[in-house]
Amino acid sequence: MQMKLQRAIIALTALLMSSVARADWTLNMPRGVTDISQDVYGLHMLTFWVCVGIGVLVFGVMFYSMFKHRKSKGAVSANFHESTKVELAWTLIPAAVIFAIGVQATYTLADMYNFEDSEVTVEVVGYQWRWRYRYVDNNAEQEVSFFSSLSTPRDEINNRMVKNENYLLEVDEHLVLPTGKKVRFLLSSSDVIHSWWVPALAVKKDAIPGIVNEAWTNINEEGIYRGQCTELCGKDHGFMPIVVEAVSPEEFDTWYAAKQQEAIETAALFDKEWTYDELMELGETVYNSACASCHQPDGSGVPGAFPALRNSTIATGTADGHLDIVVNGAQGTAMAAYGNQLSDVDMAAVITYERNAWGNNVGDMVTPVDVFNYKAGE
Amino acid sequence: MTTATHDHDHDHEHHGPAKGLTRWLYTTNHKDIGTMYLWFSFAMFLLGGTFAMVIRAELFQPGLQLVQPEFFNQMTTMHGLIMVFGAVMPAFVGLANWMIPMMVGAPDMALPRMNNLSFWILPFAFAMLSSTLFMEGGAPNFGWTFYAPLSTTYAPPSVTYFIFAIHIMGASSIMGAINIVATILNMRAPGMTLMKMPLFVWTWLITAYLLIAVMPVLAGVVTMMLMDIHFGTSFFNAAGGGSPVLFQHIFWFFGHPEVYIMILPAFGIVSAIIPAFARKRLFGYSSMVYATASIAFLSFIVWAHHMFTVGIPFLGEAFFMWATMLIAVPTGVKVFNWVTTMFRGSMTFETPMLFAICFVVLFTIGGFSGLMLAVAPADFQYHDTYFVVAHFHYVLVPGAVFSIMAGVYYWLPKWSGKMYNETLGKVHFWLSFVGVNVLFFPQHFLGLAGMPRRIPDYALQFADFNMVSSIGGFLFGASQLLFLYIVVHTIVAGKPAPAKPWEGAEGLEWTVDSPAPYHTFSTPPKID
Repeated sequence: MQMKLQRAIIALTALLMSSVARADWTLNMPRGVTDISQDVYGLHMLTFWVCVGIGVLVFGVMFYSMFKHRKSKGAVSANFHESTKVELAWTLIPAAVIFAIGVQATYTLADMYNFEDSEVTVEVVGYQWRWRYRYVDNNAEQEVSFFSSLSTPRDEINNRMVKNENYLLEVDEHLVLPTGKKVRFLLSSSDVIHSWWVPALAVKKDAIPGIVNEAWTNINEEGIYRGQCTELCGKDHGFMPIVVEAVSPEEFDTWYAAKQQEAIETAALFDKEWTYDELMELGETVYNSACASCHQPDGSGVPGAFPALRNSTIATGTADGHLDIVVNGAQGTAMAAYGNQLSDVDMAAVITYERNAWGNNVGDMVTPVDVFNYKAGE
Repeated sequence: MTTATHDHDHDHEHHGPAKGLTRWLYTTNHKDIGTMYLWFSFAMFLLGGTFAMVIRAELFQPGLQLVQPEFFNQMTTMHGLIMVFGAVMPAFVGLANWMIPMMVGAPDMALPRMNNLSFWILPFAFAMLSSTLFMEGGAPNFGWTFYAPLSTTYAPPSVTYFIFAIHIMGASSIMGAINIVATILNMRAPGMTLMKMPLFVWTWLITAYLLIAVMPVLAGVVTMMLMDIHFGTSFFNAAGGGSPVLFQHIFWFFGHPEVYIMILPAFGIVSAIIPAFARKRLFGYSSMVYATASIAFLSFIVWAHHMFTVGIPFLGEAFFMWATMLIAVPTGVKVFNWVTTMFRGSMTFETPMLFAICFVVLFTIGGFSGLMLAVAPADFQYHDTYFVVAHFHYVLVPGAVFSIMAGVYYWLPKWSGKMYNETLGKVHFWLSFVGVNVLFFPQHFLGLAGMPRRIPDYALQFADFNMVSSIGGFLFGASQLLFLYIVVHTIVAGKPAPAKPWEGAEGLEWTVDSPAPYHTFSTPPKID
């Protein structure tokens, strides 16, 4: 009996210790890894300490009065109730303190708004619910552009698997940036408003449809910096993280060249002879990354919000009708135009998949050439 | 027949309330309408609170446990809308209805029939808003700030009901505000000059002007949404030449004055309670009036500080930063005045005073985080994180809501003629005080560590503080049921209250009996 109790206590202690060890009681803003983020941290701390100072004074007088001037201690109330001098003092002194903070803040703000002399420009476009990064490079033979989506498995989110260390803060493709170079971001959105935030860089800017916003950074230290979308953008707002990987300029150049090569190879896939099985296999992957969050992995949709694809008139109708809605989207609804989001290969694969998966069994297949011809014919 | 006539005459002589349900349906009496506003707002407070409990339960641990993201977004949206438009605003209107005529020595509100209408359209508005939860596609899910195009092109079909509900709430608020302005400007007893009015009357006068100025702007913005959704316009649709940023400018031109609408009357309540329990006149009465007016004026020129990250130009950003920081000055004056009122007073700490002191301390903490948020470069780190959630809950819960509770404890003896149980009142205060701080203080840390707001699930480093915050939330939520019990117990079984239950209380409301007769000041009182 005693042994059992002892063992239970040991087990409990171990459990508590381990949870304390894992516990993360971070209290403050990160200092970050750019000059700007250090300035912002400084401003944050300056304002914080000013507030603490005022707080100690005001609450000090207040609690002193509450202990000393209480009726139960025989305090008799004084009669004063006005003083222009005092009122003037506590108007002007706080105004001066605020002026001092304001000047400091205005300088930092001006720095943040100086977008000139950037060496790398990245276009950041928000989609429901992932980011697309494009390196703006007019001289490049092959443009580098890719989507970056959450890579945390759904099973972790639904508590069927143990959550890993970077739960909800991991993506399939990092945004790779060089250190020591001024990087300019051009931000926009293809659907609703998103906001691109990486705390370690102190960059947060809204990605708004129809508007191109600017922001910039210059990273001092190599490393991986994680952030999230910070503007409510619908159902999966909590599931579109940002991962920036800062590497040395040399490493960046190597990575960039490899990415260009990869893009050339991907483009070549268009000319390949595709079989039905190959398209179905690729189609499932594309479907799960681009379509499944709304139409659901089994094509059943969400009643009232996102239509089902299983047994739908479009997915089991003509191929052209099916192409039309995926390429051009449906005006006035949440269905985006995927014509410029998916390559012709991916488009062909996903349409083939949707027409034949979950018992739709239309039996036909759409090839990349069909997609190309459809787009050309419009 | 004779008896009936006799009864009728009898009632008429005493101007007593009618009997039965029609008393409440047809009433034009400011006290009845005030009571209905207060009960209605408490019902909405519990409903909005239930939604908050769902939110905190889902956020208790990382991972999705109880609700799906779609429903989570409906909960955050409905929680915000119901608390702002259903709980806080009607509660202040209820207090205004009860107290303003009695404070200025008027027999009733200036426009009693409109008063009835402005209350009775509210239950319909909120019934309609709540019914969206049962519609296909679900309730509004775009946040209480309903940014376009998420709330237009991408919205569930129920958005149209939401728009209509907002229109009705706006109409109700505007009518209420007009009534309050008309009462204060026309119905004061002889000798009650403007600068003799209690501060609650002053702050409500200014609030009413804010309401009249900005509620039509809200109506305008939801109408533009309606046009975009159903009539093919493109106010906020970039593809048609509109701008989603235009939506935010219009919304926040309403939205920023709106947050002062929810706090200025609170200043008035606290300015009544602190002098009463410090047994000392309010320090700097006239500076309090001027500070309130300055805050109201400034509230019109700071709206874009909610939009520091949308990409407004440098000069715009700098202007809105400076203007916002300026608000700290008149707000500071108010806090200094309250503290100086307490200084060298003769204080006792009954429940209303505890809530009022707690208001001053925790509202000031909310003001501090407000000053931090005003600093634009730092705001890039705080914006749309839990730091903002912590900030506005500090000014709205221990701010606005605690001031309402302070007011209820302070005036309940006057309304009901009964005293509440002081011990239970203090227990309610301490549970709420601990609950609210455990609930919201850790959210500052979550925000600084990088947790965005409005997410149904979060990274592991946010797990601990979220759990603490949820525990505080459940404690705070449960404590409000005690509040309900205390109020009901007072009305049913409280000990009779004297006309002036508080030794240091000042004002005309304490010169009439407790409970206040159905009609007060049919002949205006004398004011020296």
